[in-house]
Amino acid sequence: MKSLRSWFTGRAAVIGVPYVWLLLFFLLPFLIVMKISVSEMETVNFKDLITLKDGVLQLALRFGNYVFITEDDLYFKTYLSSLKYAAVTTVLCLFIGYPFAYFMARAKATVQPALLMLVMLPFWTSFLLRVYAWKGLLSEHGWAYDFITATRLDLALAAGGLIPAPGQLMNTPFSLVLGMTYTYLPFMILPLYSNLAKMDLRLLEAATDLGATAWVAFWKITVPLSKAGIIAGSMLVFIPCVGEFVIPELLGGPQTLMIGRVMWDEFFSNNDWPMASTVAVVMVLLIIVPLAIFSKYQAEAQEARK
Amino acid sequence: MSQAQQPAAASAFLQIHEVVKDFGGYKAVNNVSIDIAKGEIFALLGSSGCGKTTLLRMLAGFETPTSGKIILNGTDLAGLLPYERPLNMMFQSYALFPHLTVWENVAFGLKRDGLPKDQIATQVEAMLKLVQLSKFAKRKPHQLSGGQQQRVALARSLAKKPQLLLLDEPLGALDKKLREETQIELVNIIENVGVTCVMVTHDQEEAMTMASRIAVMSEGRFLQVGAPSDIYETPATRFVADFIGNVNLMDGTLTEDQPDHVVISCADCTHYVGHGITGTEGMTVTVALRPEKIRLETQKPATEHNQVQGTVKDMSYFGSYTVYHLALPSGQVLKVSESNTERHRDKPLTWGDSAWACWTPTAQVVLTA
Repeated sequence: MKSLRSWFTGRAAVIGVPYVWLLLFFLLPFLIVMKISVSEMETVNFKDLITLKDGVLQLALRFGNYVFITEDDLYFKTYLSSLKYAAVTTVLCLFIGYPFAYFMARAKATVQPALLMLVMLPFWTSFLLRVYAWKGLLSEHGWAYDFITATRLDLALAAGGLIPAPGQLMNTPFSLVLGMTYTYLPFMILPLYSNLAKMDLRLLEAATDLGATAWVAFWKITVPLSKAGIIAGSMLVFIPCVGEFVIPELLGGPQTLMIGRVMWDEFFSNNDWPMASTVAVVMVLLIIVPLAIFSKYQAEAQEARK
Repeated sequence: MSQAQQPAAASAFLQIHEVVKDFGGYKAVNNVSIDIAKGEIFALLGSSGCGKTTLLRMLAGFETPTSGKIILNGTDLAGLLPYERPLNMMFQSYALFPHLTVWENVAFGLKRDGLPKDQIATQVEAMLKLVQLSKFAKRKPHQLSGGQQQRVALARSLAKKPQLLLLDEPLGALDKKLREETQIELVNIIENVGVTCVMVTHDQEEAMTMASRIAVMSEGRFLQVGAPSDIYETPATRFVADFIGNVNLMDGTLTEDQPDHVVISCADCTHYVGHGITGTEGMTVTVALRPEKIRLETQKPATEHNQVQGTVKDMSYFGSYTVYHLALPSGQVLKVSESNTERHRDKPLTWGDSAWACWTPTAQVVLTA
């Protein structure tokens, strides 16, 4: 039999720390949320799932909330709209962030740290304050409001259905997506930058030598080689955006259904913890399952290369 | 002028004319001119920083000459961007596209020309066959060995049938054994295709075995241009003699100047050179003597000149040959290389032994520059 000492080696301890962390702060809370989602409320307490009554061991799982979620299309619509806003934000971040990261990575080595600093600078101010600031900027007579109305951009936004009417910018899909894109842009730029900075520039010379113009070399060489950075950045933006609560609460309007707000309402307005937990569980599964499939596919592709 | 100027043939395929590249006051390439004939394999040889890579990059179009002209097959390349030039380059450590398969790598250039698909396929397959990689077509570069990657790079750079092939340290990333095998193979393929080739290398053996002509470069200039044997046997300057192969350099004075021979007296010995040189008696010259052109004797030779006695200070055994370091009376060390004599000599030379080094009147090269 192995002694306790040999089991508890330094290696096990080092590997164990992140596992214990995930176990305590992710898996355990998630299991608690799952448990709440199938529990029955009894005034303010939950009924025990497993009871021993008259010598009969009873396991009571209430799936009513899960059934309800599928029946009430509010939830389905909210999920869909959360995914939609998250996807739009991700695409916008990618389109703004890619050129940004590209020019940073190709800038002179001496100015790169300064540019990197500028990208990270907003983190020095609380995220909440920065989102509040947009409230001021987008309300009537805010700078952004004046700029957009003066340049007649609001007409285009209204035509696109992003704002209900010209001159009304706050509490619209427009203000929501603007706030989310602004907040999450650094999370797109940083992985893209680190990926693009590592790229071997001789590959571009080789492409040029073989007859590719700069534009073709960019699409055929740079973009495919930065795939890992694009995926990492998109994940970092998309996942938190799906469950975002603060930004929809501050900048979104009645039109902008987001799952984070529905959850908040269930928890704190309706005090229906099992329902709220159900919404949370479904959301986590909706994000985790595609991610797991994706990473399995990635791992297989990696394996096939060996 | 030490620079061996080749006659400017009217038929020169590639003409490099007074090319200068100035990097903010530092002349990486300093007024270089050369004519290269069609089908030639021309090597730019020099240590790092000598300007050979800058010159190659100017041919490819990645650098613009500060002044001077580059004319390929009658066309001035000055106005052409890298992707418009009818030449291709095989990059140092290959720069294969890691996300594309071998097939796609080779097809990359052909696709840019917008050729029809079946034509591309035929050409790619011909190229892969040429470098014997047909069965690796579907692999990614990182699944190949160094030698295979090198061949993919070659196939990719030959696929567009370039008028000029540029090779940047073509074998630099391979280990010694593989390098020797690949040198011959590479030359065979290039000669089969018949493409004119300019290569850059810091490895003199590579330059000697592969190139038909070599330009030895230092500090942005050509020191000497010639066939490998010319450069080795008759180096024009002290630098070239020292840079190519091993050499013993002895400074001396010209004491006898005759049309058919000269005598040069050095600190340890006198040299009798069996040909005349342009010089005057009393001038200071340098005698270059290759280690393999010296013989070691245990008895004093009968000749008056071309011999010196010394003590074996060091021996380096290389298997097929041995290099003896002979300490001369003046303190200079004479390197002598002998083929493996282990089973011939009665008593092999060893540390501390006294020996005579001698050589023929045709062994030396007299350097006046």
